[in-house]
Amino acid sequence: MRGFWGKALAIAWKDILAEARTKDMVLSMLVFSILVIIVFNFAFESSAEQTAQVAPGVLWVTFTFAGVLGMNRSFVQEKDRGCLEGLMLCPLDRGVIYTGKMLGNFIFMLLVEVIVLPVFSILFNLPLFAPRLVLITVLATLAFSTAGTLFAAIAVNTRARDFMLPILFIPVVVPVIIAAVQASGLALAPGPGEGYWSWLQLIVVFVVIFLAVSFLVFEYVLEE
Amino acid sequence: MTSGNPWAIEAQGLTKLFGPRPALLGVDLRVPRGAFLSVFGPNGAGKSTLIRSLATIMRPTAGKVMLEGLDAARHGGEVRRLLGVVTHQTLLYPDLTAQENLEFYARMYDVPRRRERIAYLADLVGLEGRLDQVVGTLSRGLQQRVALARALLHDPPILLLDEPETGLDPQAQGMLGDLLRRVDGQERTVVMATHSLERGLELGDRLAILVRGRLAYESTKEALNLEALRSTYRHLAAAGE
Repeated sequence: MRGFWGKALAIAWKDILAEARTKDMVLSMLVFSILVIIVFNFAFESSAEQTAQVAPGVLWVTFTFAGVLGMNRSFVQEKDRGCLEGLMLCPLDRGVIYTGKMLGNFIFMLLVEVIVLPVFSILFNLPLFAPRLVLITVLATLAFSTAGTLFAAIAVNTRARDFMLPILFIPVVVPVIIAAVQASGLALAPGPGEGYWSWLQLIVVFVVIFLAVSFLVFEYVLEE
Repeated sequence: MTSGNPWAIEAQGLTKLFGPRPALLGVDLRVPRGAFLSVFGPNGAGKSTLIRSLATIMRPTAGKVMLEGLDAARHGGEVRRLLGVVTHQTLLYPDLTAQENLEFYARMYDVPRRRERIAYLADLVGLEGRLDQVVGTLSRGLQQRVALARALLHDPPILLLDEPETGLDPQAQGMLGDLLRRVDGQERTVVMATHSLERGLELGDRLAILVRGRLAYESTKEALNLEALRSTYRHLAAAGE
């Protein structure tokens, strides 16, 4: 088990190191996210009450598409440089490759969200330090990463890989998007936020299911 | 490894279809331990598919690959530990340094005393003073040296080379040939797919020609000189068109 995690972390660290030098992926996700939030902010000139209703949806639409952008690039870069074959040649359980790539995607998405959330809270005039919003953000991002890493690996082997990931990924993560929007709305609203934990449980179940499915099929996804 | 089995590589009825199009058709191949097999063939003959199937990157449609007596389909992890692979793509991360690339792969292969091993291989392939350079800034020839060091990190008994000279200038090709001779120890089995009949004949002690996914010719080096090889190759390639 130590070998499994050691190698998965090494794969994630390798991605972080390469990204720290180029900043290609994080920068494009960040610019995209901030632009979308600014556009939505101008588009909805509404009262404080309406803003509170719309803001969670804006936030998760932004994170979903930014995630698609980043996850697609992480596998395209790996594939185009032949490095995916290099990984496949290593005597690794394919689950190690999946976990390493998934952790990398999770960290990149989280990094973008840490920068975007304050911008979002300022523009939409919402509280920044809401612990329940942080919790839902971390969990939903994990859910996006578990499914997105699997679908990005599938999409990269197709001819229409640039738009294949959103076509495959977005319909599947609709339950996570709904749960994240609902739970974020409850987290930002005053009061106890009844139903918050149920939405959270739904996301946890999604993560567990997608982790299991990904471990079962990732070998077949990688090998042509 | 199987001590009684003289074959490092055995392929039985190896077939790979891409849709209806066959890339390999019932290839039977046996390479004895310690041999250097050069595989020739025109474009689309199936050389890369053969190397990729032997390397376990590609799952064959039918047939079986045995490496050092182990069934590649059933013992993927163990088999991959026996293999070093060099292709025309370097399989290196261009934004990492040569040292970082080699350390990453050494970790993936559980290489003990990684730093010492990397230093030894850097010396062997002529990378002294270049290890701290980002791979993307190295010349193609130097990148290929790093790729060879990567393939040798875990001291694999089998080396698979898929047109490793592609994109190299004649001087760099000569250096790669020298390196391959240097690392081709007595017990290392090498299979090299190449377009260069001269280089393949020079380095290999066994020769094979693939045409349209079939193994059309197999011989030992002693049975052929360059002229005879050229003639046989032209004849088989023309017959396959």
